[in-house]
Amino acid sequence: MSNDINVNPGLRESATFDRTTMAEIRRAADSGIYDIRGFGAKRKLPHFDDLLFLGASMSRYPLEGYREKCNTQVTLGTRFAKKPIVIETPVTIAGMSFGALSANAKEALGRGASMVGTTTTTGDGGMTPEERGQSSKLVYQYLPSRYGMNPDDLRKADAIEVVLGQGAKPGGGGMLLGQKITDRVAQMRTLPKGIDQRSACRHPDWTGPDDLAIKIQELREITDWQVPIYIKVGATRTYYDVKLAVKAGADVIVVDGMQGGTAATQDVFIEHVGIPTLAAIPQAVQALQEMGMHRKVQLIVSGGIRNGADVAKCMALGADAVAIGTAALVALGCNDPKYSEDYEKIGSAAGFYDDYQEGKDPAGISTQDPELAKRLDPEDGGRRLANYLRVLTLEAQTLARACGKNDLRNLEPEDLVALTVESAAMARVPLAGTTWVPGQSF
Amino acid sequence: MKTIDLAESSIRELNQALHDQATECTEREWEVLNPKGQHNIACGLDQNLAVDIQGHAGYFCAGMNKKAHVVVHGNVGQGVAENMMSGTVRVKGDASQAAGATAHGGLLVIEGNAGARCGISMKGVDIVVKGSIGHMSCFMGQSGSLVVCGDAGEALGDSMYEVHIYVKGEVKSLGADCIEKEMRAEHIEELTDLLNRAGVDEDPASFKRYGSARQLYNFKVDNASAY
Amino acid sequence: MCGIVGLYLKNPELESRIGELFKPMLIAMTERGPDSAGFAIYGDEVGDGWVKLTLRHPDAEYDWEALATRLKNEQQMELSWFQNASVAVFKVRAEEAALREWLAEEAADVLILSVGQSIEILKEVGLPEKIAENFNLEGMKGSHIIGHTRMATESAVTMEGSHPFSTGMDLCLVHNGSLSNHNRLRDALKREGISFETQNDSEVAAGYLTWRLQKGDSLKEALEHALEDLDGFFTFTIGTRDGFAVMRDPIACKPAVLAETDDYVAMASEYQALTTLPGIENAKVWEPEPATFYVWERSSN
Repeated sequence: MSNDINVNPGLRESATFDRTTMAEIRRAADSGIYDIRGFGAKRKLPHFDDLLFLGASMSRYPLEGYREKCNTQVTLGTRFAKKPIVIETPVTIAGMSFGALSANAKEALGRGASMVGTTTTTGDGGMTPEERGQSSKLVYQYLPSRYGMNPDDLRKADAIEVVLGQGAKPGGGGMLLGQKITDRVAQMRTLPKGIDQRSACRHPDWTGPDDLAIKIQELREITDWQVPIYIKVGATRTYYDVKLAVKAGADVIVVDGMQGGTAATQDVFIEHVGIPTLAAIPQAVQALQEMGMHRKVQLIVSGGIRNGADVAKCMALGADAVAIGTAALVALGCNDPKYSEDYEKIGSAAGFYDDYQEGKDPAGISTQDPELAKRLDPEDGGRRLANYLRVLTLEAQTLARACGKNDLRNLEPEDLVALTVESAAMARVPLAGTTWVPGQSF
Repeated sequence: MKTIDLAESSIRELNQALHDQATECTEREWEVLNPKGQHNIACGLDQNLAVDIQGHAGYFCAGMNKKAHVVVHGNVGQGVAENMMSGTVRVKGDASQAAGATAHGGLLVIEGNAGARCGISMKGVDIVVKGSIGHMSCFMGQSGSLVVCGDAGEALGDSMYEVHIYVKGEVKSLGADCIEKEMRAEHIEELTDLLNRAGVDEDPASFKRYGSARQLYNFKVDNASAY
Repeated sequence: MCGIVGLYLKNPELESRIGELFKPMLIAMTERGPDSAGFAIYGDEVGDGWVKLTLRHPDAEYDWEALATRLKNEQQMELSWFQNASVAVFKVRAEEAALREWLAEEAADVLILSVGQSIEILKEVGLPEKIAENFNLEGMKGSHIIGHTRMATESAVTMEGSHPFSTGMDLCLVHNGSLSNHNRLRDALKREGISFETQNDSEVAAGYLTWRLQKGDSLKEALEHALEDLDGFFTFTIGTRDGFAVMRDPIACKPAVLAETDDYVAMASEYQALTTLPGIENAKVWEPEPATFYVWERSSN
């Protein structure tokens, strides 16, 4: 913090009761309600930065950049669907609702994703025509609330994602505070305008994998077995959840680590529930491998993915694709310093803003205020997102080529080493320069 | 009338045949034999068809129905007419839990009893139950009407929004934010119409009305324990 | 996460057909539980002073004849036995405790799947159809039977983790759902002297009932205590010497259907498991209420 310089060095801040902690205690004492915010986990977690690639040198040969092919195309939903989805880059856009985001932001996500040939995903609250119109490949989320769920949109979707949970809040339901329940959002969700909307944590008409199997069959019947059915889970008991998702009949499994973002959730949930993305992937892959379903049921990983290295590391650990949410919003302009003054006016700062629930986003993304929403031009936003997605793809390709791979999916855990004991244990790769994988005995 | 015998045809064949009617309707009346509790019978319909299911059906019967008129001559499993948009679904027997869950429109009539969570998160459908309903019914109900000629189980209308609930018999307990409300002339009128459409002979004046106290619509410290 | 089926005959004339009637019920629950399956059949009762055990050994070639001979010669116990696929059913004139003690000492590898005068528990990893074939379910006779097909949630797919779980003399339990406080409860029950073979949540429910019954609870009292002490989601079916009982948790998310005619009472997770029963078209069919206990027994003891 900038004002740290001015603090008398003789004063000692408590590591336990630091200023953030004390501010939260005061806030709780003032308001009597838990802190609700957007964004994902902010605490430091073992992450992809703790992994490094072993580039080729003598024992392996690298591929020539730009000339020797490195495939990035992935097909999702090859298990049961008549029409699997082919994406040109393994980076997809995670589910974010119209309501949480402005119509312009949703349109920009659709435009950006379509430009690079990948999917975008609806969220809680239904499908907007803008989004469907601008998204060449659209995944329709099927959530506990079923806000805006209707069979016409279901049949228009390119895939259906049954959401059991998300990384920011496994076991919790959604929230959308009154400021964002405008006429249009209220109408789409059949809610009174301006209420603080809560979403259920469990689906209303099935509980458990045995009943989910029947639900999936229903969705397939309604859509005549055309499109893939994804199951999305927040990362917790990932090994078991992935096995059960396969047993329940999923085509694709989406595992969202605890760094995954949210529009509005209790802070205590965001910071204290779930496991890091890094720890979830090997569990998911192990489950798939044990069932003989790795690569047959595709695995999409999300939660804190920011650059091509993160993408390549996910793939090396065994994912078939990744999904980005927060990073996509940043690409559109979320937390951009050009709005510094506006952030300060609402008591935040560029780079710190997480009050998506308030709908006052100076970048015009997580808002339903028409004036603020105008700040985001969907065409420009789409171009920015497309650029960013291309960079992620190129970066991942660069790393894959350096490891001698002609396909991103040929990256392996053996191409990785870990910098820390924690990350080595979680990712199940050796500590750099050793053959030691903590927790594994050979 | 076209008859499909589920002892010979699969659910997939049945549903595909019914779905094919959405583009061009060649046969309006359908009869389904030997349902034997199978799941997902006649889900995803999108045409003004009359479908008679002769026997008990399993989960999600007539799920996401649009326009069609489905009659089940037996009981149904979980989630009958879930997310229905329009049309009618009539169950001659009992319904298991989550009948009419999240349904947006149309009319669901249960001539027997309905289990727990009847009308959970309902979004505009009208549900008329001649018998009784189970616990947590109309949980987070958003819009539409729920008419119960028998009794209602525990926690009726918990955290509900704007559904009109009418119960003739006993209500075991009301859920958070659900209260009894005055039956005004417009409600008698609405209920009369619902009973008529459902073909149920009951005196509207003998019902009580329940609805949202609207105290949970916005977060308030005083209500924290109810969240 | 599973399928449950049960059949209790009111009409003794059907007893010779119970296996044949029950087999399609179990197979109908394959999709709910493709990992393992099992059933507890009640019939072929031994007389007073006798116990019947269903035994299993990890070694499929285990010499049951040798075990029988030792019981006869060393313990002077009168007995008869037969093998049914992977299990052996021993009928022994002995006290249960003495027999258990001897087995624990002298044949520690032998697993006791059930003990009673009537019950046999037969279970295995694999699809219900295969298991029904292996144990020749179709040809079995008896007064009542409960079965289970398992979709394993968190604990391993093993024979030991399959249902039904024995909970005491002629008692067993099958479960559909997922308990959320079983680990601490397992520890507490271990301190009370209850032993466990697996990390399975349902085995904890079974162990809990065993413990309550040992404490002198009636079955009804034990289940009432279970409602207070077990957290999570469950539909239970409990087999007793004289019948069976069904109970759902207060949230009642996991399905259950009951059907009754003059000839039988049947229970299943889904109606489709009941469709092959004779006279089902005219049966009284209904869904059990949450937190309510249903019992069918021949007599009140």
